[in-house]
Amino acid sequence: MGSTEEKRDSLSTSEEGKKEKFNTVEFIFEHIGDSYEWHIVTIGHNHIAIPLPIILYSEQKGLNIFLSSKFHHGKEPYRGFKWEHEGKYKGKIVELGSNGEVLEENPLPYNFSITKLVLSIFIASILICWIFISIGRKYKKGFDKAPTGMQNLFEPIILFIKDDIAIPSIGEKHYARFMPFLLTVFFFIWINNMMGLIPIFPGGANVTGNIAVTMVLALFTFVITTINGNKHYWKEIINAPGVPWFLKFPIPIMPVVELTGVFTKPIVLMIRLFANILAGHMVAIVFFSLIFIFGALNMWAGYGISIISVSFAFFMTLLELLVALIQAYVFTLLSAIYFGMATAEHH
Amino acid sequence: MGLITPDYGLVVWMLISFGLVLFVLKKFAWIPIMQGLKSREETISKSLRQAEEARNEIKRLQTYNEELADKARAERELALKEAKTLRDKIVEEAKVNAQAEAQKIIDKSRIMILQEKENAQKELATIASKLALEITEKVLRKQFADKEKQIEYFKELLAEISTKN
Repeated sequence: MGSTEEKRDSLSTSEEGKKEKFNTVEFIFEHIGDSYEWHIVTIGHNHIAIPLPIILYSEQKGLNIFLSSKFHHGKEPYRGFKWEHEGKYKGKIVELGSNGEVLEENPLPYNFSITKLVLSIFIASILICWIFISIGRKYKKGFDKAPTGMQNLFEPIILFIKDDIAIPSIGEKHYARFMPFLLTVFFFIWINNMMGLIPIFPGGANVTGNIAVTMVLALFTFVITTINGNKHYWKEIINAPGVPWFLKFPIPIMPVVELTGVFTKPIVLMIRLFANILAGHMVAIVFFSLIFIFGALNMWAGYGISIISVSFAFFMTLLELLVALIQAYVFTLLSAIYFGMATAEHH
Repeated sequence: MGLITPDYGLVVWMLISFGLVLFVLKKFAWIPIMQGLKSREETISKSLRQAEEARNEIKRLQTYNEELADKARAERELALKEAKTLRDKIVEEAKVNAQAEAQKIIDKSRIMILQEKENAQKELATIASKLALEITEKVLRKQFADKEKQIEYFKELLAEISTKN
């Protein structure tokens, strides 16, 4: 998401007199992508960023753990590793040979670094755990008084997920065992979406707009659906009732279609969330980059367009607030529907 | 295209984080919350049921009380009615008795009066006859001072009696 810091960042570089052309694509991708440091502000040539732990494993150098500040924002190699900013391995950490050249074979070490997105996930996870464990403790104590504070805020949402998502999709009999996942996935997505809308640390990371994150979430849904699939569920896939026999034998068209569906469902979940959040972030960033595109042509044009850009970005953010909730809801609802399909009784 | 190729490092950390969050929240948040909600729902429905029962009980008691009051009122009315009839009866009886008594007294008095009258008549008759006798005696004594006249009159009387018989 755009922020005043980002504006100052690029404005200051353009005012430096380098006359560097504003690279819109880089600007956008920098803000929606992952990074080995959490960039906060650039004043002049001083980048202020939170260094993050780099965790690398390579066959030659073994396990290496150090802070990303050792790279000096990617300008210098460290311990035979380099954070590439250009070329084929742009944005990745490569292993260097003894003479400072990128290795020919396996140049990429196993990289389990705590990146910006990983840290953001950690922060969101801790936040979620803190919120809901403290609420959970209130319920454990019993309820001699009416709910207050955060409990009051989240209880209607929890009840909504239970009464309007889980029970209608899964049914009274089986819903309870899926509730922990549905609640976790809803609040995880929602809180991460919301944090993505906050322009500065600890927000601003495009967590739910990253395909790796949505892939893991969809993977959970897929695994839970598959594990809980009952006889009826598998029968519908392999030998769908009500379908003419010639669609099943000798060429099993319907089983193949049904089986594909098993995989496409979570993939659709993955892509929907990823694309929606990514698009939201992108649109907002594009509005901000308009300022710099026009600013590069003429300073006053930049100031002029900034009014329009900021107001558009403002409305986009309002829209994104809604999208944040809707996408969390949709993911939860579809997961619940898939669980419902897996546990449906024959009728 | 870094956008659509998932980074395995991120996948691993995400798996760990989300799995951990899921596990921790399940144990320390969702299960207590779901149980709390369920028990609260049960308590509320139980309380509502109890309130309904209490309301019904009160209604029942009210109708019972009303019935009781109605019954008491009816009984009172009945008692009053009975008392009234009893009173009337007693008064009536008393009246009848009094009348009978009065009649008796009147009758008695009448008999007594009659007796007294008879007595008086008798006495009067006696006195009158006595007086008459005396007078008669005196008259006769005077009349029959003369012996001949006596005999003559006797003869006359005897004749009278004998003709009568």
